[in-house]
Amino acid sequence: MIALLLRDLKLAFRAGGGFGLGLAFFLIVTVMVPFAVGPQSSLLSTIAPGVLWLGALLACLLSLDRLLALDWEDGSLDLLATAPLPLESVVTIKALAHWLTTGLPLVLAAPFLGVLLNLPVPGFFWLVISLLIGTPAMSVIGTFGAALTVGLKRGGLLLSLLVLPLYVPTLIFGAEVARRGATEMEVQTPLLMLAGITAATIALLPFASAAVLRINLR
Amino acid sequence: MSIAAKANALWEYANPRKFLATSERVLPFFWITSLACICVGLIWGFFFTPDDYKQGSTVKIIYLHVPAALMAINCWLMMLATSLVWLVRRHHVSALAARAAAPIGIVMTLIALLTGAIWGQPMWGTWWAWDPRLTSFLILFLFYLGYVALWEAIEDPDTAADLTSVLCLVGSVFAILSRYAVNFWNQGLHQGASVMRAAAVTGTDTEEKVSNIFFYPLLVCIIGFVLLFIALVLYRTGTEIRARRIKALMARERVSG
Repeated sequence: MIALLLRDLKLAFRAGGGFGLGLAFFLIVTVMVPFAVGPQSSLLSTIAPGVLWLGALLACLLSLDRLLALDWEDGSLDLLATAPLPLESVVTIKALAHWLTTGLPLVLAAPFLGVLLNLPVPGFFWLVISLLIGTPAMSVIGTFGAALTVGLKRGGLLLSLLVLPLYVPTLIFGAEVARRGATEMEVQTPLLMLAGITAATIALLPFASAAVLRINLR
Repeated sequence: MSIAAKANALWEYANPRKFLATSERVLPFFWITSLACICVGLIWGFFFTPDDYKQGSTVKIIYLHVPAALMAINCWLMMLATSLVWLVRRHHVSALAARAAAPIGIVMTLIALLTGAIWGQPMWGTWWAWDPRLTSFLILFLFYLGYVALWEAIEDPDTAADLTSVLCLVGSVFAILSRYAVNFWNQGLHQGASVMRAAAVTGTDTEEKVSNIFFYPLLVCIIGFVLLFIALVLYRTGTEIRARRIKALMARERVSG
């Protein structure tokens, strides 16, 4: 398992692995927002938590089609499926590698982009906390979407259509935590809901991902 | 016949031939009764009920809005059930019925959203509000779109049936989650459930309840929509079975020719 994780991480960090693309995308989306809505700092600070959440979500979505497709193309996915390791742990490791290379950098970059959008000071802490709890769910759900569309030639757009509705609960509760944190309101309820969704998806969704992957590899 | 024998009799319809023969026999009944119910319900509702004292005649859109919304949700439930049957017992008719039902669900969701917007414009002063009920219907619409798109994208029919079934199961969980998430996220403008409340009928509950004058034609409309839905699903499932057969015949032709 650890060998697989290390292999995925190495592939991601190597040239052409696409590491950093998600980060750059996050940066660009955030920079484009003031061009679209105008530079008033009061308006920007109101919408900053939501925009940063949406930007992180889109950056995460963008990297999903590489998650399993590359391994599918060169056949290593078939090898992994026949390996003694259960397919459930393979997809969990894949999701973990995706989170480490995409989700975690987004979490770390978010406060710096928050400065650009004039995020209120108390909001920084809750933005990082909510993203830290919410992004693993996005990786796990995304792995399910990638497993569904892995055999398709043009699965990229379909993948977004399938995955985005599944992101709705995570986005609602995550952005709510960040927004409430920015206005210094009580955050406990949405934070617990967000954590619950993340825990449940991590616990249950790998079984669904492995099931659809088996169907696709049949 | 004992209950077990009856349950076994239900599985006989997993045979496409038997399904087609029976559905063709009962289809005219469903078409005629559903159209009759919808006609009677709409005419009764539109011309023989008084206008609401506050909403005027706009209230009458309820005869399309409520049955369509009801069928939009129940269509997904039916797809969930048939997907489960496909995953557990591998009956092709079941998977094809789920496929046949999805576009009907899309149309029902659209009817509910559009009639709601048409009613909302004069009553709430807006076509659209981010109310939990409206929002969750929009999300349901997106789930339907993804489901149909996945069916269309995969060539191998059995793989497509498997994948869409799993998507339907996972999607159901997330659709329910989204329903509660949007409830939490915004306060509602849409009225609560106000058609089938027993306490309101007997008068012990003074909250808003659709008056019985409007309720009876509405009930006829709902029955009509249910029958129409059954007729459409049977009809479309028959079409899917025939399309599958044509494909098989053509494949056989290619191999032998």
